[in-house]
Amino acid sequence: MEVAIFWLLAVIIIASAAATVFSKNIIYSAFSLLFSFLGVAGIYAMLSADFLAVTQIMVYVGGILTLILFGVMLTNRITMMSLKTDVFNFIPGLTIAAVMLAGLLYVIWVTGTWASDSPAAWDTTVETIGTLTITRFLLPFEVVAILLLIAVVGASFIARKDKQKIQS
Amino acid sequence: MENQITQFGYVLIFMVIGVSFVGIGFLTSWLLRPDRPNDEKLSSYECGEEVVGSSWVQFNIRFYVVALIFILFDVEVVFLFPWATVFKEFGTYGFLTGLFFLGVLIVGMLYEWRKGDLEWVRPHPVIPSLEPKQIKARQLREEKPVTEPDPAAAE
Repeated sequence: MEVAIFWLLAVIIIASAAATVFSKNIIYSAFSLLFSFLGVAGIYAMLSADFLAVTQIMVYVGGILTLILFGVMLTNRITMMSLKTDVFNFIPGLTIAAVMLAGLLYVIWVTGTWASDSPAAWDTTVETIGTLTITRFLLPFEVVAILLLIAVVGASFIARKDKQKIQS
Repeated sequence: MENQITQFGYVLIFMVIGVSFVGIGFLTSWLLRPDRPNDEKLSSYECGEEVVGSSWVQFNIRFYVVALIFILFDVEVVFLFPWATVFKEFGTYGFLTGLFFLGVLIVGMLYEWRKGDLEWVRPHPVIPSLEPKQIKARQLREEKPVTEPDPAAAE
């Protein structure tokens, strides 16, 4: 059963990722990315990383995909004639993909046996993460707040500059 | 694996049933309906009018800024969620850790508020207004025919 679900999710992820890359219409690309993200969230859930799965849906599906769609829809006046994707940088892209594939295969080869036992007692990880956040990883937790503050200020600064440029 | 359905298992079952519900619905309608398209049928329906322009409207740039800010506070909520489930067990210390986290982010919020990134373009309706003098003149003009001095009475 688990294997069947895994293969289903894998097919969904690979197929929608391929659709994202090969689709000529950029809107279809964005929407097939949605299924890719959802499939990855499913894989996280299968690995009993429930918090990560929900985070994946919240941040990637709920936030970043919306932002991508907005970005696409905002730029349509500029690229009204050619809202199509095309093949650029074929050789460098292929090289990078091949190197990454080789690296991953090497890691798989070196690792040998993978831990494949599913956890017996399926428990929520949110409380554990929360406790560790408050105790052991308190400093990173607070540093994340400062990082987010920098991101907020920087994002709104850049967006404001663009806004003025567009209005003028 | 004997009868061990996790919470995510229920989600999966729900999704499978939901997708198949829609899919079977479309499949049956595809099997049953007559398929005779023509140009008129394939054009978008716009309340019976001729279709004007593209269905791709350009969004206001402000949506993008708001979406950008939304993502950052979305990430903040993700970090805050595990804290919120356990901070009570740590008493005041736990509360203060989260308070510092939120406090730093409130600074960002205030920055945006102050800089006007959260402002929306409001319509500024121009309400036609008349000066008191003009109003008086208008009243007089309107009243004139009624109270036109009778030449006979003036004499």
